Amino acid sequence: MRTTTARSIAGLTFIVLASAAQAADLRVQCYSDGNECEVTGDLAKRFEAENPGTKVIIDKVPYKAVVEQLPVQLAAGEGPDIARVTDLGGLSKYYLDLAPLLPAARAKAWQDNFASSLAWFRSGAADRGIYGLMSQLTVTGAFVNKTLFEQAKVAMPGPTATWDDWMEAARKVAVATKTPFAMAMDRSGHRFAPLAVAYGAKIFDANGVPVIDAGYQTAARKFVDWHKAGLMPKEVWGGVGGSQYRDAFEEFANGRVVVYYSGSWQIKRMDTQVTKAFDWAVAPAPCGPSGCTAMPGGAAFVALKHTKVPAEAAKFLDFLSRDDNYKELMARTENIPASLSVAKAGVTYNVSANAKAALNSFVADVPKIAKANYDLQGYRFNRAVFLPTAQRLGQAVAGEMSADDALKRLAADVDEQVKAASK
Amino acid sequence: MRQDARTPWFFLGPNLFIFGVFTFLPIVINLYYAFTGGVQLYPRDRPYVGFENLATLLDCGSYFDPSSCRKDIFWRAVWNTARFSVFQVSLMVLFSLGTALVLNRKIIGRGFWRGVYFYPVLLSPVVVALIWKWVLQREGLLNAGMVAAGANPVLWLAEPGWAFFWVIFVSIWAHMGFYTLILLAGLQAIPADLYEAAQMDRASPWRTLYRITLPLLLPNLLVVLVLAAIRAVQIFDEVFVLTGGGPGSATTFVVQFIYQTGFQEQVRLYGLAAAGSLLLALALVVLTLIQLRATRADKAGERAR
Repeated sequence: MRTTTARSIAGLTFIVLASAAQAADLRVQCYSDGNECEVTGDLAKRFEAENPGTKVIIDKVPYKAVVEQLPVQLAAGEGPDIARVTDLGGLSKYYLDLAPLLPAARAKAWQDNFASSLAWFRSGAADRGIYGLMSQLTVTGAFVNKTLFEQAKVAMPGPTATWDDWMEAARKVAVATKTPFAMAMDRSGHRFAPLAVAYGAKIFDANGVPVIDAGYQTAARKFVDWHKAGLMPKEVWGGVGGSQYRDAFEEFANGRVVVYYSGSWQIKRMDTQVTKAFDWAVAPAPCGPSGCTAMPGGAAFVALKHTKVPAEAAKFLDFLSRDDNYKELMARTENIPASLSVAKAGVTYNVSANAKAALNSFVADVPKIAKANYDLQGYRFNRAVFLPTAQRLGQAVAGEMSADDALKRLAADVDEQVKAASK
Repeated sequence: MRQDARTPWFFLGPNLFIFGVFTFLPIVINLYYAFTGGVQLYPRDRPYVGFENLATLLDCGSYFDPSSCRKDIFWRAVWNTARFSVFQVSLMVLFSLGTALVLNRKIIGRGFWRGVYFYPVLLSPVVVALIWKWVLQREGLLNAGMVAAGANPVLWLAEPGWAFFWVIFVSIWAHMGFYTLILLAGLQAIPADLYEAAQMDRASPWRTLYRITLPLLLPNLLVVLVLAAIRAVQIFDEVFVLTGGGPGSATTFVVQFIYQTGFQEQVRLYGLAAAGSLLLALALVVLTLIQLRATRADKAGERAR
């Protein structure tokens, strides 16, 4: 009896261990701008059905965890198998090259369809690896409260309107409708960059090193002056300390600003939370003396070097990159596709008229994006520019220092961080 | 005999081990980081830079003028922490003492009031900060009340002066109960016959407080003072959630600077953050030594009496 029981237990244990050894758990750390994690979860179930033995576990985390905790985890050799990240260049040393793990035909499809964004993940010009899948291509832009413009009987500026034109129009609307502020911008150097380039910032010097040049300074002074004039709310840029990110979505959704400069990743949120409150639209990229531009960006799923299931990780990302799945991901998350073939074929968005028009407006801005903005997005240490910009301009907006002092400090911070990163 | 000598170590051992691994070892590692540079996480990959990190932090035209310092945010944080500690500790001790004196009397619902004052201590700092953020933000409860009363709303958390005031207020509100409890225990240990004697001598309440209560409460007051000071220097979680260190750097304190430098920036300067924490530890050591000295002086005074 005892021997039979012992044998049964041993047999059961063997079965459990054996099945555990065959099953591969693929952990995906994901943050959502709208519903990206949920849609990815649905696609993951289909992947599991096609690949029995692989279990995909989606760990949904706040964006802050991806920005602050993931890099430390990765530096310690820990972390998920796949992560959805926005610091594409900064984390490049941790990425798994998918190219050797993909069938030749699929690797070619990746190179052809995602050519424009693959460079953002690479460590240099000589690097031809495939490191990640853009889960969205984003473009910054201005959301406009159309209802307020209509109530104020102020015409919306045209396609070549400058930042000053938009500010003046929004100011008139704010006064007429008793809206507290004309414009708000997310507290982010990434959002500030198109304003800077529109006013002549080159971003990089001849050696490819970031520089706070005259154009950047002009834009910064203008930005601080807008806050001083009460056209922009102090609490967004001046209300928190350090380089912390803060969006101004709530200010726009609550009708406290007329124009909100953010980006295309907000479309889903606008559609679900704002459409029922008022009519909104996306303005064409505001212009400056140097042109009309926006900032590209996006979040990507990347497989990480330390993963114990590299083949499965590559398979899953390849599954997501397939035209049918990628199209569904874009349609359901209301994002702009980074895949050339999907963009050419078109994505059918089941969205409101506002969201559809917004997506078209953002897509129309893509050709206008200046080279400096593309280069900045692809620069490995772009956060060494973005984060100090948020901190120092935040201090100037809060009245802690003058714009000139803030710019001097900003230049020193960028210089220090870039030098430290190069060590 | 041998077995007796080993027994205490048997009981102390686990705690010493945990203390060693999670407190002393990180201190040693932190020391190492403070004298190394670069952006690598692992100690073996970090180059030795000597006192460069400390020199960077201490590079100032005048330590009283943060704008003359290379690391101006650090020195703003230092002075913010110093000002916060002075105001918060003195007001905290004052309010805690006053509350303990009231709660020591025979008042209606004394047990209930003691619970009410201790309740915030049980809340997580994040919860405390979020509650007060909802009260103090532009469209918060406080401004709603002011607008209803016909006043203009105030940017409580976006004006540097007000933000600093509220950070002190929230900190006192959240922690006062703990110190009140310590002082209450001290008050209850004072023999009642001393008060009876004072009453018979027709001593005024003020004289009773000054001549009997405060001298006998001094050991507890010292404990409260030093604990509050140590805690004030380490302030981070409530402030980080309530104001994020803003507006600007008006409520940025030393621990937030360390966190930002070491973990929040893309280019993580672990060495600089470690050097900052060394300087903070120095301040805490000084405070602790003051406490020890004050406690010894008090014991010497007791022996002399």
